[in-house]
Amino acid sequence: MSNLLQPQEADWYEAPARERVAGLLDPKSFAEFVGPEQHAMSPHLAQFDLTGAFDDGIVVGRGRLDGQEVFVAAQEGRFLGGAFGEVHGAKLVGLLRAARDGAKRGGPLAVLLLLDTGGVRLQEANAGELAISEIIRAIVEVRSAGIPVLALVGGRAGAFGGGGIITACCSRIVVSEHARVSVSGPEVIETNKGVEEFDSKDRALVWRVCGARTRYLTGGADRYVKGRIQDFREAAIALIPHAPPFELATLKAEQRRLAERLQHFGDCHDAPEIWRKAGLPQPERIAEITDDAFLAIQRPKGADHDAR
Amino acid sequence: MEQFQVRGTVERRAVGHRHQAITGVNASGNLEVLVERALPEHECLVDVSTAVTGFRGIWEAVIQEFFARSSPGGLRFSINDGGARPDTVTLRLMQSVRLMETEA
Repeated sequence: MSNLLQPQEADWYEAPARERVAGLLDPKSFAEFVGPEQHAMSPHLAQFDLTGAFDDGIVVGRGRLDGQEVFVAAQEGRFLGGAFGEVHGAKLVGLLRAARDGAKRGGPLAVLLLLDTGGVRLQEANAGELAISEIIRAIVEVRSAGIPVLALVGGRAGAFGGGGIITACCSRIVVSEHARVSVSGPEVIETNKGVEEFDSKDRALVWRVCGARTRYLTGGADRYVKGRIQDFREAAIALIPHAPPFELATLKAEQRRLAERLQHFGDCHDAPEIWRKAGLPQPERIAEITDDAFLAIQRPKGADHDAR
Repeated sequence: MEQFQVRGTVERRAVGHRHQAITGVNASGNLEVLVERALPEHECLVDVSTAVTGFRGIWEAVIQEFFARSSPGGLRFSINDGGARPDTVTLRLMQSVRLMETEA
């Protein structure tokens, strides 16, 4: 829309889902499946007196990344928190199954999931939970067929609930500073366990627990990038050829890594304790330093295992 | 939630050959506009679905002024609104017409 800024120069956090897709892929290569003109909208929201979205909050399709065909799905985190409903989920399941079936004919090269979600949409919770399960199964099938699935997380909704589990099922995970990845979100924990257990308004605490820097340093994300769409694009291009095979040895290695992590850091109560134990410089300042300074840090042992 | 249509007759056909475009997001204080080249060249139509009830008169005034200013003949607009202010509505409608002038 803007003639002032090229799409790939735009900020991932600020961009809507369609701009993220446009800037991530090769220019004008994106072809959408079930586009907004088809009005594939939620049949449930009107009963709750809510207006829908013409794409039900997710853009799916195919395009080219550095010249090669990829499938892509992008959630719109500002529409109902990017949450999974029936149609929204079905679009993603369909995309993943199409990728799986395409594997027999040699493509696509990868599936990119631009996750930006609070989890399941409460107004259509049963359908949303089912969709999450179907998506996880479909990701496993796509990876088993030899096609890497990448999660790119850096939007305002983060990747919570089922979205956090989906992220963890991917071959590779890319985050920027804004990203948060977790299952139960801060508000959910506070509601159920009380403010003394978790103060959801303490943003520093939220990011120390589930923010991008913590996830990256503990091996919950594979690549930390600065926030431009271009940065996510470069990370995806670099990571796809090195995605690990989806096989028993990979899962066993990951299980070992997690067991060791628990053994080393299981008694820590907050992220800086982990950084201190891991011997990182200035553990109290990890959250404050610039992206460049953060990227210069050597990750602790166990975070960079090629296990996922 | 409230749903209604606003129709208009205008002088000129909207510029460009693109069949459809979408802009904006249905979020708080924002709206999404889907525009399609689907009507005879002097007609235009806006389908509004808004989260906020009771402002139909203002919607009609904003949309009629947009018709007069932009002359979007032949275009059918569909709006999902999350409580946007009138200036935001005008901006999005004009953005959608501008997109229809560009190549897809």
